[in-house]
Amino acid sequence: MVRPFEQIVSEYGPAVLRVCRAVVGPVDAEDAWSETFLSALRAYPELPADANVEAWLVTIAHRRAIDLTRARARRPVAVAELPEPAALTAAGPGLDSGDADELWHALRELPDKQRTSVAYHYLGGLPYREIASITGGSEDAARRAAADGIKKLRASYLPAEDTEGARR
Amino acid sequence: MTEPAEPDTINGVRPTELFAALRTGEDTTMTRLRHRLAADAERDGLLDVGYRTMDSPVGTLLLAATGQGLVRVAYPGQDHDAALAKLAEVVGPRVLYAPARLDEVCRQLEQYFAGRRTMFEVPLDLRLSSGFRRAVLAHLTDIGYGRTESYREVAIAAGSPKAVRAVGTACATNPLPLVLPCHRVIRSDGTLGQYAGGAAAKQALLRLETAA
Repeated sequence: MVRPFEQIVSEYGPAVLRVCRAVVGPVDAEDAWSETFLSALRAYPELPADANVEAWLVTIAHRRAIDLTRARARRPVAVAELPEPAALTAAGPGLDSGDADELWHALRELPDKQRTSVAYHYLGGLPYREIASITGGSEDAARRAAADGIKKLRASYLPAEDTEGARR
Repeated sequence: MTEPAEPDTINGVRPTELFAALRTGEDTTMTRLRHRLAADAERDGLLDVGYRTMDSPVGTLLLAATGQGLVRVAYPGQDHDAALAKLAEVVGPRVLYAPARLDEVCRQLEQYFAGRRTMFEVPLDLRLSSGFRRAVLAHLTDIGYGRTESYREVAIAAGSPKAVRAVGTACATNPLPLVLPCHRVIRSDGTLGQYAGGAAAKQALLRLETAA
């Protein structure tokens, strides 16, 4: 049975948005998401019925993120500074925008390989075998990159909320 | 080697908590992104079917259109998900929530329910119907606002006087109820008969049209 593409958007859209926010940051995330889903929509009729939709979308998002980063690098003005998380000022329930700022600051300090491995595994839900085929390298390398990334995140981001309810 | 589907805690913190901040404003952002996707898809000619729902006096209606025109109107009892799955199969899988494509249809339906419109002027796509059923549907627009015809009269008009039951089936499977007014087809004895949107909806529509 053919699923209307809208179902793909509903089911995977939010997770892919989190992946995009973690990989390219909150400002570029919306462009990355839009280009990902527009590409996916274009290719959707040819997607095999038994395909892993999540892995397919993350693969497209990975390429779009690379395109965005390159496009940004070609624009001299944009090179000077990484995007600021201005788009996240509207806080969700139980969160303040400070969390989003801090997390993005911590994530963007990670090497690309670590940030993408962390995002694709913990936010995209992909096994390391799939991640290796997207980012290149071995399954073990992807697992190590994710572990190293989490270790660094713990050091740079988690200390701010190590005690419950007691935030600076 | 096996791998846990959901990773364990990271020093006592679950990944969902560690990355909770990535969900900030997610619902509003998703709403914005969906609108943008529908607009981009329309611009690039990638939309096989655009749809929206609409509240009406006869329940929440599903409205769907192809590039050619309105292709489906479905009542609440007609399973909107199944209707969209059918469109994905028949027209194409690039089906998106795209309210802008249905703006004009929606406006005309609102006028109709307010008693300020007696006929619809929107392009139609009749591809969900064929053969005799399509001939029946083509005749329906000849039955004017506020009037009714019997199944038998419609059978005669469609060129097959004996196909009274087939007229009933054509009405029951009308992909565009309301716009192609199968609610104006009733039994020879004057009772209303069945309707895709339920007997109460049929009665409400005929009452609306005679009151105007």
